[in-house]
Amino acid sequence: MHETGIWKRLSSAPGRVGEFLSPSPRLRPWFYVGPSLFLLFLFLVYPAIETIVLSFYGPNSHQFVGLANYHYAFTDSTMVTAFQNNAIWLVIFTIFTVALGLVIAVLLDRVRYERVAKSIIFLPMAISMVGASVIWKFMYAFKPEGVAQIGLLNQIVVAFGGKPIAWLIHSPWNNVALIAVGVWLWTGFCMVVLSAALKNIPKQLLEAARIDGANEWQVFLKVLLPLLWPTATVVTTTMIVFVLKIFDIVYVMTNGAFNTDVIANLMYKQAFLFGNYGRASAISVILLLVIVPMMWINIRRFKGQMEMR
Amino acid sequence: MLKRALTLLLVVSMIGGLGVWAVAQQKTVSIAVTWSGQELQAFQDVINQFQQETGITVNVEPIGRDLATVLVTRFKAGNPPDVAAMPNPGQMKQFVDENALVPLENIINMNQQPKGFTDLTTVNGHCYGIFMDADVKSLVWYSPKAFKAKGYTVPTTWDELMALTKKIANSGVTPWAIGLESGAASGWPGTDWIEDLMLRIGGPQAYDLWINHQISWLNPDVQAAWRAFGEIALNPKYVYGGTSGELSTNFGDAANPLFTNPPQAYMLKQATFMQSFIQQANPNLVAGEDYDIFPFPPMGPGLPTPIEGSGDLVSVFNNTPESQALIKYLSGAEAQTIFCKKLGKLAVNNTVSPDIYTNPISKKAFNILSNAQIFRFDASDSMPAQVGSGTFWTGVLDYVNGTPLDTVLTKIEQSAQEAYKK
Repeated sequence: MHETGIWKRLSSAPGRVGEFLSPSPRLRPWFYVGPSLFLLFLFLVYPAIETIVLSFYGPNSHQFVGLANYHYAFTDSTMVTAFQNNAIWLVIFTIFTVALGLVIAVLLDRVRYERVAKSIIFLPMAISMVGASVIWKFMYAFKPEGVAQIGLLNQIVVAFGGKPIAWLIHSPWNNVALIAVGVWLWTGFCMVVLSAALKNIPKQLLEAARIDGANEWQVFLKVLLPLLWPTATVVTTTMIVFVLKIFDIVYVMTNGAFNTDVIANLMYKQAFLFGNYGRASAISVILLLVIVPMMWINIRRFKGQMEMR
Repeated sequence: MLKRALTLLLVVSMIGGLGVWAVAQQKTVSIAVTWSGQELQAFQDVINQFQQETGITVNVEPIGRDLATVLVTRFKAGNPPDVAAMPNPGQMKQFVDENALVPLENIINMNQQPKGFTDLTTVNGHCYGIFMDADVKSLVWYSPKAFKAKGYTVPTTWDELMALTKKIANSGVTPWAIGLESGAASGWPGTDWIEDLMLRIGGPQAYDLWINHQISWLNPDVQAAWRAFGEIALNPKYVYGGTSGELSTNFGDAANPLFTNPPQAYMLKQATFMQSFIQQANPNLVAGEDYDIFPFPPMGPGLPTPIEGSGDLVSVFNNTPESQALIKYLSGAEAQTIFCKKLGKLAVNNTVSPDIYTNPISKKAFNILSNAQIFRFDASDSMPAQVGSGTFWTGVLDYVNGTPLDTVLTKIEQSAQEAYKK
């Protein structure tokens, strides 16, 4: 057996030590992957199992309560509102980030200042969600009529003769205000990924389509979109998995008040403010279950791609 | 050769570093607090004095409004700060239940602490926290100059207060300023309103039953207290900025409309600690002349004025000689004098002479507190966190935002039924 690299060194150790230190090649992959697998198990698998177990116990994890926590999660009015809000986030956030990212990527592809524009749009990704939330809290700031406005949006409204609006307080549009912050942050990401995929499309295809008489709209719909579809799916599922966990924006801007609460924030409140670990675990498990289909889609497609190779 | 030298260097520096770390570990104490801004600055002055006198290094960790959560997680992780300001006695009791805190009766001088305050922190005969300062909450801030200009007089009963409210409203200005926003703690100023009203409408006995959930949140007295608050808070003619203004204005900024020219509001119900916020926003104002306080009036003439108060509570997690020294200092007269003088708060240590209250507002507040025949601690601070720092706060926000009172109270009652069971 031709030993290479570190195995050469190890197997050249004297006697039985050499035999022990260089196991058979069939075992070797486990040595490479072993530490990572161990860490994965410790920080991911074990906590997940523990959380599932805890979700069947009471607030202090001493008393077995069966499905009571899940019953709470699905019937309590604050939870129901939170589920609805998560659904609103899911739909609006995903559609806007992906659609805007796509449109911007396609449009910018044709202009000279593409790099500058893309950098500017991508810039919000550089700041933390909390930082962005604080900034936007000031943008949405409300001062009563007749007083100088400190929020940019209300200053614009007042400058056009309107009355200042309490963006974060009036439900259900306050949800949209929060989602706008998320879209502002993440459109850059979608745009960059879709732009990269766009640049991978051979120019000849587009030229051929144009020569055949397609107008720009048809080129977009019939050529670009189908070719971008795999990437768009990846981006969409990534955004969906991300938005289901949304927490920072809601926590910083309204802390869930005025019907803006989301599941992750309620989980946080249950665990750390109210000390009810059973309920918090149940909410986490529900979140996990909702995300599983997304992961399954991703894995299936990944396997499909592997098979294609 | 080089390799050996480098290895030796590495080992030596590691040992050296370990030594330095070990030395630095002695004689330090960490304290976690909620304060920021001018309150933190005043506390830092106290700490500087302590460091100078004892040579112990103090690590002040200003955690802000999330202190309640951070303490819980750090304690569970086995890494609590040595000393910590507790958000309220309710949470302190939850920590006592978990054997997290160090009993203090043998560390500090208990004779210098008033019984009314130590009762609040005593569980099963042991004292687990000391109050660094007290705040009187049943106060209304106003501008004497603005009142004089319009010929308004300070009301002494609830009816007079409502009459004054209507009078100012009829003149086209909103009489009240209310600021409910406070980050993750939004809604707490409204709870102060309701608690003071509960103390007056239901009386002290009903107040005590209410804190311990021996009467329901749907009880008629509780409802009456909420409705009295709503009479003012829900009326856009009575409150500056209307309900949107109340919900968006941070409690620290709420006094600003009182001092514009012409004034856009005339009264703000808030505790003694409001003084430092007013001073920072309007440095040119003179205490006593440009702004002053009057006690939130009782329901009727001749009735005693009940006073609601609160305070900054400090407890010890880790029993080390340094944390003992720190808590002893903080409970002492010197620390409290420095802290309270700067912020307009009232010292709790009973050896502190009333002469330190050179500030006319503090002097007035001190007199109000000392002469109070009925005194109660802030109710929401004494309830379990799920209600007192949870559904009660969000209930206020929902109520001001237009949710019907029955819905609000039912929700709070539901959470209370669970919270008090534990």
